[in-house]
Amino acid sequence: MLAERLDATFMALADPTRRAIIARLSQGEASVMELAAPFAMSQPAISKHLKVLERAGLVSRGRDAQRRPCRLEAAPLREATDWLERYRARMEARFSRLDTLLEEMKAKEKRHERKK
Amino acid sequence: MSEKSSNKLQVTLPSDTEIELTRVFDAPRHLVFDAMTKPEYVRRWWCCMDGFTMPVCEIDFRVGGKWRYVMVSADGQEVGFRGEYKEIDAPARVVHTEIFEPFPDSPAMVTMTLEERDGKTFYKSRVVHGSKADRDAHVNSGMEVGAGIALDRLEQVAKGLGESGRGTGATVAT
Repeated sequence: MLAERLDATFMALADPTRRAIIARLSQGEASVMELAAPFAMSQPAISKHLKVLERAGLVSRGRDAQRRPCRLEAAPLREATDWLERYRARMEARFSRLDTLLEEMKAKEKRHERKK
Repeated sequence: MSEKSSNKLQVTLPSDTEIELTRVFDAPRHLVFDAMTKPEYVRRWWCCMDGFTMPVCEIDFRVGGKWRYVMVSADGQEVGFRGEYKEIDAPARVVHTEIFEPFPDSPAMVTMTLEERDGKTFYKSRVVHGSKADRDAHVNSGMEVGAGIALDRLEQVAKGLGESGRGTGATVAT
């Protein structure tokens, strides 16, 4: 299930327009009209991108019937970055043990050099 | 290439099927190479935390030679990895396959390179999987181990139910 959700998130984020929409919404909610303004795109084209973001759970729409403001949902984004970060942290734990070993190996080599 | 002042590991996903790891070690290259290719050193860092032990660490370090690492968790669950060395250019580059033993049909190809600059070693490892699903499973592996243990137990319980069901002619409600 996690893998499917992550796929939806990464697919939604693969498009530069959708990433720009996310960047804009990270500053606060906005209507479709406000979102369309900086792009050379029609409102229906922006709405189509919003649908993809909504399906991925990245964006939700307000209840205000006229304006239906869009807002960013942070949880799936956090999950997407956490996914890789958890892997990185596990690998980093391993490599920091290697750092400790390398310090020991360096010290040993120095002692050998002094003996020569 | 810009170099980070921090030695910390960087992980990127250059394509749908790849993982790239880069890290700086504050040690000369020949030591990093030894630490990564000699079993007496690999045992020291590759494993272990959370009560894991590493009963198997075999490295036949030559082209065509095999390697195998096995970790065992405190509750006895084994996690094995193995592969074969394809290219060795000591102490700069090693190419090998890597198989996570529960999925023997999904080998990854790993290319590890080490560069030395000013007494530091710049490590890069590129892991190429056969599919995006395999790549994602690799990134998720630490989390899946726990899930895998739970599923194995569920399977055993299900088998037990099936057998007792046959013996008595009783039907098993799920």
